[in-house]
Amino acid sequence: MTDRKIITMKDGEAMLADAVRKIAEPSRRTFLQRTLTLGGLSLLSGCSLDDQPSVEAALGKVSSWNDRIQGLLFDPNRLAPTYPESMITRPFPFNAYYDEDQAPDIDGDAWRLELSGLIADRKPWTLAQLRALPQSDQITRHICVEGWSAIGRWGGVPFSLFLKTVGADLNAKYVGFKCADDYYTSIDMPTALHPQTIMALTYDGRTLPRQYGYPMKLRMPTKLGYKNPKHIQAIFVTNTYPGGYWEDQGYNWFGGS
Amino acid sequence: MTDASAQSRRTIHPAWLRLTHWLNAIAVIVMVTSGWRIYDASPIFGFSFPTKVTLGGWLGGALQWHFAAMWLLVANGLIYLACNLFSGRLRRQFFPLTARQFAADFLAALRGRLAHDDPRHYNAVQRAAYLFVMLDIVLMVASGLVLWKSVQFPLLRELLGGYETARRVHFFAMSALVGFFVVHVVMVALVPRTLIAMLRGR
Repeated sequence: MTDRKIITMKDGEAMLADAVRKIAEPSRRTFLQRTLTLGGLSLLSGCSLDDQPSVEAALGKVSSWNDRIQGLLFDPNRLAPTYPESMITRPFPFNAYYDEDQAPDIDGDAWRLELSGLIADRKPWTLAQLRALPQSDQITRHICVEGWSAIGRWGGVPFSLFLKTVGADLNAKYVGFKCADDYYTSIDMPTALHPQTIMALTYDGRTLPRQYGYPMKLRMPTKLGYKNPKHIQAIFVTNTYPGGYWEDQGYNWFGGS
Repeated sequence: MTDASAQSRRTIHPAWLRLTHWLNAIAVIVMVTSGWRIYDASPIFGFSFPTKVTLGGWLGGALQWHFAAMWLLVANGLIYLACNLFSGRLRRQFFPLTARQFAADFLAALRGRLAHDDPRHYNAVQRAAYLFVMLDIVLMVASGLVLWKSVQFPLLRELLGGYETARRVHFFAMSALVGFFVVHVVMVALVPRTLIAMLRGR
């Protein structure tokens, strides 16, 4: 009996000593687990952080700050690169928040471009009147927010010329667009006045097809694709931030390239 | 020997280094995981990253994280490089670096015989790896600038072969960065006191 007791005590001491040693000397395996968990934890916390309104608000503030930085970086005289006709992407990809067959069918004869806001002459424009204005042509790269890009050829009225023609307040902050496909967006005035910003009426030398924005889209090679509205029905000039379809959901407003 | 130099001899990593190291780790993890979500919106190659390991929830969210963490990455990176350069640490810790020494240390490392007696001193493989990751992050930022502002930075755009090439450069530089990260973490697991040193300085 006595012997047995001693053995039990020795076992207990040995176990305790072993446990203490294990705690005092962290094994390599523990460190491996901890270091790997460090990475995993940051991933997990990132995902859950995402849903918190405070984080969303902070990210929104940084996005607004990025708008200002992009406004400062934007050089009104710097041109986007142009390409030879041989480099045009064929077929040019369709892209919208809906499928290609859902692109609106618009009667060009009945279509009128409505103007509002800080514009002196707000009478509506017909397609024929827009076609009668001086036209310019460009082969430029369209860069999508998703990362892909495609080279296309657009022709139409330089937007700065149009804004001057209708007597828009060129010192206003924003130009907004409302479209027939319920899309809407807005841009900064310096980009609106950029020499490569055009009211596109043609694509690759023919009338702008339905899927690319008939009867008129705004083409800006200095901005990402979602900033280039199609099927435009109304243009307004304002100093009140108008937002946009994607911008209101979290895409960066300036969206410049 | 003065007290100050005795103190500095005991310190493996100065406080500024530890701080910039961990801030960089956070920035890189956010940039890479949000970058994977952005990649998934339009994969360049025939695969996507599993959504579970990406950050942002959707393209718009991932872009917000990416374009927020970029400021941390760049500001912290500039502070790190400036401190490294002006303290003389860059020259002291990373040079000289010869191909012969690199080959010798690399072979020793493969045989598991690379000594880690003095954690203040980097072997040639460490020197090469850390210099590589510095340059790789510089390349990530440069190619990222072309993707973000391809019109506004024409010189950088042409140096990197245009928008579409810069996109691939950005991807492969990311892959190299992730490769470094994996090896780095495995090495820390094999020599755990390096983690303590990066946390406590000693």
